[in-house]
Order: sequence, then structure tokens, then C-alpha cells
Amino acid sequence: MGPYLLRRLLTVLPAVLGISVVLFTVLALAPGDPFAEMALNPNVPPEVQENLRKQFGLDDPVWQRYFRWLFAMLQGDWGFSFISRVNVDTLIWQRLPVTLAVIGASQVLALLIALPVGIYSAARPYSWFDRIASTLAFIGFSLPTFFTGLLLILLFSIKLDWLPFVYRADLSATGWEWWSQQLKQSIMPITVLGLFQAAGWTRYVRSATLDVIRLDYVTTARSKGLKERAVILKHVARNAMIPVVTLVALTMPQIFGGAVITEQIFRVPGIGSLLIDAIQRNDTPVVMAVTFVSACLVILFNLIADILYGWLDPRISYR
Amino acid sequence: MAGSIPASATAEAVLATAPLPRRSVSLWAEAWRRFKRHRLAVLGLAVLILMIAMVAFGPMLWRVQINDIDFSARLNTPTPAHPFGTDDLGQDILARMLYGGRISLAVGLSAMLMAMLVGVTIGAVAGISRGVVDGALMWLTNLFLALPQLPLLLILIYLFRDSLKGAFGPEVGVFVLVVLVIGGFGWMSVARLVRAQFFSLREKEFVEAARALGASVPRQVVRHILPNSLGPVIVAGTINVAAAIIAESTLSFLGLGFPPDIPTWGRILFDSKEYLDIAPHWALFPGTAIFLAVLCINFVGDGLRDALDPRRVL
Repeated sequence: MGPYLLRRLLTVLPAVLGISVVLFTVLALAPGDPFAEMALNPNVPPEVQENLRKQFGLDDPVWQRYFRWLFAMLQGDWGFSFISRVNVDTLIWQRLPVTLAVIGASQVLALLIALPVGIYSAARPYSWFDRIASTLAFIGFSLPTFFTGLLLILLFSIKLDWLPFVYRADLSATGWEWWSQQLKQSIMPITVLGLFQAAGWTRYVRSATLDVIRLDYVTTARSKGLKERAVILKHVARNAMIPVVTLVALTMPQIFGGAVITEQIFRVPGIGSLLIDAIQRNDTPVVMAVTFVSACLVILFNLIADILYGWLDPRISYR
Repeated sequence: MAGSIPASATAEAVLATAPLPRRSVSLWAEAWRRFKRHRLAVLGLAVLILMIAMVAFGPMLWRVQINDIDFSARLNTPTPAHPFGTDDLGQDILARMLYGGRISLAVGLSAMLMAMLVGVTIGAVAGISRGVVDGALMWLTNLFLALPQLPLLLILIYLFRDSLKGAFGPEVGVFVLVVLVIGGFGWMSVARLVRAQFFSLREKEFVEAARALGASVPRQVVRHILPNSLGPVIVAGTINVAAAIIAESTLSFLGLGFPPDIPTWGRILFDSKEYLDIAPHWALFPGTAIFLAVLCINFVGDGLRDALDPRRVL
């Protein structure tokens, strides 16, 4: 396990560097710069502009700017938001917990649906349950999250008036009241994101389980007289989980995308809505930092998946 | 030598007289036969063709202009004059959807073509060349897979929109940008698929035979390996169209896709969301259109998977 982990950690570094290069190249290639608007401002004399450009090193060669930016990012100096007038890292640390909570809860929901439904479908392939589940899964991942979000708002907020459609970070209530309000306002964002993921994963869990359930060792387990439940849960499920873990890790970028959309629909104050706001207001340092942080989070989850993988499938560790 | 003459003569006689055991069926006819067994896929294909016909010919039949502003008919619910209702400026939603649908579907198809082109090229090069090239290309593929796509899509659109608008005009500029960006993030799965196919196919006997006959590497790839790896690639391409349509709608829905005068389905949804309480029809029609298109394409993809997988006997 040790060397395996070390090897995985060593592959993380080039990935982070690669992503930072991609990000920086995109920004360097882009037309216009953060001082473009100031150039149009007649109140700022040209000498001051020139000095500011020099101070921020905007006229240096690209690679120098890249390394300066990279070292600043690594030291935790993520820049200053032109719009909100705070440091970018404070802004992100404010917003990140909400996003992680929504994403985490929706993933748990997705797994709670996908695992039992997928495994049960595979245990009885082509049964009525399987057919209905497969059709629903198809519908589920064909429904874009922004449309599901609007549908839920239409039904539960406007028609039935059960749930609030704006997520508020500053709930005035305390104690139990706070929890119940928090729960009420979180239900819809979590459901939208969770159901979409669940639909895709259900199909995957089903096919992964079907691949395993036909193997000889499962027949052996059955012929030993084990109960079907024990065969499925202890023998089939664990091995079927191996590809599923990879898939869950690989869909992390999508999940972040989904989080951006749901946060925007329900106005959840997470890093997704921060990104959209920053883009609409030309707040480049925030845009850079948010993208970089979400990329790092994706890599982190991939690493966690790899570690889980090694634990689920001991054969891998010895390679 | 004498013994061989009768033998060949009888062989010819047998060949000439034996009835053909079975009418020869072309590859595509066989695939179509299998495809037809998947009822939902056939239904999906029919609905999809209907939708394409509607956006292609609809604007010629439904002659309401997409930008006819009529303040006396603001936010109307569906009526015979406006079958899908009107928006906040009294514009006809049906006309806008028919026009915007062209763009939505065209973006889906073009982005898919681009993703396939990049994906097949990278996958083929990686699959046929071992070692360093393969390693580097796969590193690139995995890097792209780990990138947070939506944030990057948003950034690219935000950064390059104005310069492309200047170069190609507002409509074509945004179209080119959206297609390039969505296609540029859709090729990774295709590349991995093609590479995996190449790995197994290049060791097959018929490729070895071609190699023994002196076929050059490009000829082996183009004539022998690539055609045999097309089945899964076509399926992946179908799924890619659906993903591209969703991606375009997402960008437009977030207000960063097409401008308001080009009403793609996602853009109509974006405009409608502030009026959800008083005019739900405005959001429901374009949303349903996106959902139906994506669902049908996914069903067709599922049908093609059954049809083009030769290992399946149906």
C-alpha cells in the first residue's frame, strides 16, 4: 500500500502543474487585461497606468508571469478581488463549505439511490423492477439539471408553496428552527444534483454488478448454500464496487459543473455562484482562483478514489 | 496433375448447382435489423426526425417573425394565435423555438463532429504508436478529463467572445466559439475508446495479414483497423451529440452562450426564469424540447449499441 500511495501522490503533482499551465495559457491568450477598463478612464493619467502595469508585471514575458502566479498561488496569496474588495482566499473559504456540503449531500443521496437500485436490478435482470428502473434512469440523465431545478421550483415553491426557492446563508432562526429551515432550503438543490447523478450511476452499477454476478465464484458461493442476500452483499457487491469507485471519481468534474448550475438556480452562495458573479463582473483573480480550486478538488477526489480502489482491490497494491 | 482436373471440375459443379444458403445481408442492413428490435430507439429516432424536420421546415410554415414585439400580447398563455404562448415582449415562443432549435441541434451536431475528429485522431495515434507518444497523449487525455469543464467553458466563452464576434459577426462568431469549446472538451472519451479498440484490433490476424502483405502503417489504420473500430465510436458520437446539446443549453441558461437575439432553447429558458410564477409555459416548452431531444438521442444511442455490437446475437 505504501509505495502505491507514493506513486499516486507523485502523479498528482504533474496533474496540478498541467492544469495550472492550461489555466494560465487560457488567460494569457485571452484578449484584454485587467487594466483595459482603466485605460478608458480619463481620470487615471497614463504614467500611473504605466507604473501600475509595471508593478503587477503585466509587461513581462509570459513564462515569468506564470511562475510568479504559480508561486503566489502555492503560498496562499490568491490575489485581491477588484469587486468585493477582499482577498480572494477569504472569499473562497467563505463560499467553499456551502458548496462542499451541497455536493457531499447530493453524492450521498445519489449513492443511496444508485447502489440499491442498481444491484437489485442486476440481481433480477429484465424483471419489471429492472425495466422500470432502467427507463427512469434514462429519463433522469436526459433531464438537464437546470430544467429539473426550474420544474421543482415551479412545483414545490410556486404551486405548492412548501419550500423556499432562494437559499439564504443568513438564517435568523436558532436551534431546531435553524436546522429545519436549513433542511427545507437545502432539499431542492440536493435533490436536483443527487437525482441526476443517481440516474447515471444506477445504469453503471447495474452493468458492473451484471459483469460480476455471472462469475464462477458467485456460483460457488451459492452452491455452498449461502443465502442470496449474503451472496449479493458480501460476494458480488464488493467486487462490483471497484469500477463504480473509478466512475464516481471520474464524474467529479461533471458534479462541479452541476453544482455551478444548481447554485445559480437556487442562489446558493457557494463557489459556483461566486464564479458566475465574478465572470459577469470581470473579476479575473476570483475567476482564476475558483477554477484552480475546483480543479485541485477534482484531483483530490481522484486521489481518494485511487486509495479506495487499492483498499477494495488488494491485487492493485502489489503491482 | 491428372487427378486434380476432376476434383476441380466437381468443385465447380457443386458451386454452380448449390443453392445460396442465405441471401447475403450487408453490414448496415443487419445493423438496421437489430436496431429495429429496440422499440424505444426506433420511437426515439422517429421523434428526433420529426423534431429536425420541424426546425428545418417549420419557420417556412409558421411565418411569425421571431422578433415581432407586441406589447398587447405580453406573457400570453397558449392560444390559437400563439400555440406556445408569448414572452415578456409579446414575441411568439413557437417561432423562437423553431428558429432557436436549428441552432441548438446544429451546435450539438457540429460539436460532436469536432469531438470525434479530435478524439479519433488522438486515439488512433496513441493506439498505433506505443511508448512515449502513447504515454504523452494519454497523459493529455487524463488531464483534460480532470479539468473542471463547466468553469473552463464559462471562462473561455467570457474571454474570447468579443474577439470572435468581431472576427465573424455576432451569430457565426458565438457559434464557432461554442462549437470549438464544447467539442474541445468532448473528445476524451472517444480517444480512450478508439485507443482501446486499436490495442485489441492491431494484434488480430487480419491486421497481421495486411502487415505481412506489406501494407504501410497508415493503410493498416485507415483500411483495416479504423473501419472495425467504428461501431463503439458511432455510439459514443451519438451520446456526444446529447452531451453537446446539454452543454450549449447550460451555457445559454447561465447567460453566457448565445445573445438574446439568437433564441436557442437554453437562452429562452434563461430569459423565462424570472417569470416562472406568472408564465410557466414560457419555461416548460423549451425545457421539454431540450429534454425530448436529449432523451431521443440517448435512446437512439442505446439502440445503436445493440445494433453495432457484433458479439451480441439478437
